[in-house]
Amino acid sequence: MNSALLLLIIPLLSAILIHFLLQQKMASIAAILGTIGTLVTLGISLSLLSSDAVGCSFNWAQIGDFNVNIGIQLDQLSKGMMVVVTGIGLLVHVFSLGYMKDDESKARYFGNLSLFMFSMTGIVLADNFVMMFIFWELVGLSSYLLIGHWYQKDSAADAAKKAFLSNRVGDFGFLIGILMIWGITGSIVFDQMALSAATPFLGAAVLLVFCGAIGKSAQLPLHVWLPDAMEGPTPVSALIHAATMVAAGVYMMARFFFSIGFDVIPDCSAVTIAWIGGITSLAAALMATQQDDIKKILAYSTLSQLGYMVMAVGLVDPNAGMFHLYTHAWFKALLFLGSGAVIYACHHEQNIWKMGGLFKKMPITGITFVIGTLCLTAVPFTSGFFSKEGILHAAHESNPALFYIAVAVAALTTFYMFRLLFIAFFGKAKDEHAAHAKEVPLVMAVPLLILGLMSLASPWIGKAIPALNDFHPHIGLEMNSVTIASIAAFVVGLAAAVVFYKGKESDPLANNKVMQLFRNKFYVDEAYAILIKIFQDLVAAIVHFIDEFFINGLLVGGLTRIAQGTGNLFRNHCQSGRLQGYATLLGLGAIVIIYIVTFL
Amino acid sequence: MPTILFYLFALIMIGGGIGVVALKNPVSSALSMIVSFIGLAALFVGLNAYFVGILQILVYTGAVMVLFLFIIMLLDLKKEEEKQFSSSSIAAGVVIPTLLVLQLIAVFQTSDFGNFQAITPESLAMSEQQLDPSIPADSVIRSSMAAENLADRKLPDVNLIGHKLFNEYNLPLQIIAVLLLVATVGCVALSKKLKAKS
Amino acid sequence: MQTASLTEYLFMSGLLFAIGLAGVIIRRNIIVIFMCLEMMLAAAALTLIAFSRYHTVNGLPDYDGQMLMFFIITVAAAEVAVGLAIIVALYRARQTVNTEDLTSLKG
Repeated sequence: MNSALLLLIIPLLSAILIHFLLQQKMASIAAILGTIGTLVTLGISLSLLSSDAVGCSFNWAQIGDFNVNIGIQLDQLSKGMMVVVTGIGLLVHVFSLGYMKDDESKARYFGNLSLFMFSMTGIVLADNFVMMFIFWELVGLSSYLLIGHWYQKDSAADAAKKAFLSNRVGDFGFLIGILMIWGITGSIVFDQMALSAATPFLGAAVLLVFCGAIGKSAQLPLHVWLPDAMEGPTPVSALIHAATMVAAGVYMMARFFFSIGFDVIPDCSAVTIAWIGGITSLAAALMATQQDDIKKILAYSTLSQLGYMVMAVGLVDPNAGMFHLYTHAWFKALLFLGSGAVIYACHHEQNIWKMGGLFKKMPITGITFVIGTLCLTAVPFTSGFFSKEGILHAAHESNPALFYIAVAVAALTTFYMFRLLFIAFFGKAKDEHAAHAKEVPLVMAVPLLILGLMSLASPWIGKAIPALNDFHPHIGLEMNSVTIASIAAFVVGLAAAVVFYKGKESDPLANNKVMQLFRNKFYVDEAYAILIKIFQDLVAAIVHFIDEFFINGLLVGGLTRIAQGTGNLFRNHCQSGRLQGYATLLGLGAIVIIYIVTFL
Repeated sequence: MPTILFYLFALIMIGGGIGVVALKNPVSSALSMIVSFIGLAALFVGLNAYFVGILQILVYTGAVMVLFLFIIMLLDLKKEEEKQFSSSSIAAGVVIPTLLVLQLIAVFQTSDFGNFQAITPESLAMSEQQLDPSIPADSVIRSSMAAENLADRKLPDVNLIGHKLFNEYNLPLQIIAVLLLVATVGCVALSKKLKAKS
Repeated sequence: MQTASLTEYLFMSGLLFAIGLAGVIIRRNIIVIFMCLEMMLAAAALTLIAFSRYHTVNGLPDYDGQMLMFFIITVAAAEVAVGLAIIVALYRARQTVNTEDLTSLKG
């Protein structure tokens, strides 16, 4: 059997076993099972890196000439992505062993985590659009289940619903896009999709496919679900809503662009994608500067970085985007797990203004968190620096406006990350929980350390392994305008953070009108609420009228009333219970029948 | 049957029928019905169906109508009270049968059946010769009383009915026997007083 | 000798049937209604006998019609027995044989 198939089967088996056999009674076994399953898949993924195994494919559905296969495509892109998914997946599993130790529904958590691993593997390995779409929806489902893990909380249930519905909006476009691509290229298989020349409607099809990425990777205007998704357990945020699932949009776009060929992609579509990425990146970075919840800050930071990747894709340089995806996955997972450790130590306190001084009390967490921050803020020779530089290069070459936006975002990133660092980890403890915080147990510390190591080493690891060639377009320090801009952005951001937040007890910018705009996320949620209310009420009123008047009153009600009236007529006048009446009708019937038979 | 006799017995039959409908006392109705059935039996005889005519008088007039009378007496039914029949039911009861009869007349207008073949000693003699070219000489009918009667130029009514009944209609006869048994059991079951549940 | 034709027999049969139907429609006493039903049955029997006589085989009446009449009489006898038993049971339960009062089948 193809060992790549095992990648799909093992997590599925684990999910089924946990959900149906182990349940809550054997939660510990479920946790171990999920973790071991992920360990095995990581092993397989690593072994695939050096092997030259080819994918396989078998027919799943046939409709006329149209075949849908369940197939596996093994190339640099999917092999590398598998390592990221299973590697971070394993570390998150291990971290969860500690973080979710006392959870009431631990088995459900690990079962859903296994389901997610299965779905994500499916997306990465899919060799055609239909299969990818199926797993695309499955990750949506598992994301929904995991965000709503603590469904007893209204906010968690609402966040899960919001995530699911926002994704549905994007997926609708995605589905139409897939159909259009099928119509244009005549195939849904990635390998057979290459176009020699641009065709009409290709631009629209590309944008529609991109709709799927907008939903899944939380780009403007569907970004609203990702910050709310932080209601889920923190390890889930690290795995799904930072490192892997939200990056699936970028991965899908990269896979798509590689398949149809860079040359045929219409400029207008590509520029639109790039601008959506750039604007998302900037808006999210601005919002992140005024958040108080440690996970929300990281969520907006994720949004911002995803914007970077989408921008890279839109600049028709998916390699840069994928490289950033690769490095970002490690250090953002690190940051999230670090925040998880902090939250765990502070008894589920998430407000950074109630923390402080944690660096000394939690040295491992503190150090790894600082490493993650340095990577994210693109300090030279960290992974983030190299990957961000690739994107800046791409922007610098083809779109100066986006280049300036990207540099601004880089400065803002530094600003809000050091704001977080100064307030939560340095200074005085501002709350009792923070004052008594202790270092997390080993089972949580080890994943942090490994992730810290990976955050720093990932570019060189990528370079060392031939199969990961896609992931290191450029590593090295050359003094040119891009590098200088990147370093300058870091310095400006750091300086601003030091000036405003070093040693502060409360936010000095909280009363600034502009900052309040950022704090309230540009009122996008409120605008959506009003928009939905207007539309929903109007449509609901129309539908209600049609339903009540036409369907209920005339169609359903009218028909029943006719039937009822006729029935009553016969019931009252014919079904009288009087024998003579029946005899009269019998006679009349006989007359009519004789008339028809004899005289007609 | 001579036309005059036909009309006489038909009049008795129809008159009896009208009596059944018109007379208010159930006993009178039952008695008119007997009269009507006697007229009917006479018409059967006029159709050379002697056995059936006698059966009609024996079974219907003798047994069934007596049963009716017995039940009427048993239930001690009085004359129907003086209240008039409702005009609507009388109207329906007149119009619908009239329509039926009119339709019947219309059918007769379009068809002409002609007369009966007469059955006389001469015709019976001819029948005997034509009777059964296909029936072998040792067949039952050749040696039976039917053949003898026919040879005597008499209509072998009962012989032929018996022959037909026990040969061609044997299975229906058995089934009818079962039906009668079931009816008997049913009557007993229905007439039995239900024991009060205690 | 002038004899009555088949049409006349059939007409008398139809008349008797119509009178029976009229009785069923008009009368209220369930026993009388039952008698009228018997009358309608007898009218049908007259038709059968008339056709049996009309349809001669080798100069003899077609005895299939008379066979049918025989079975009608038998079935009618059984029917009368059961019907009257039902009426008696009904009378026991309701103390009436007037159909005006027996309308529990009203829908």
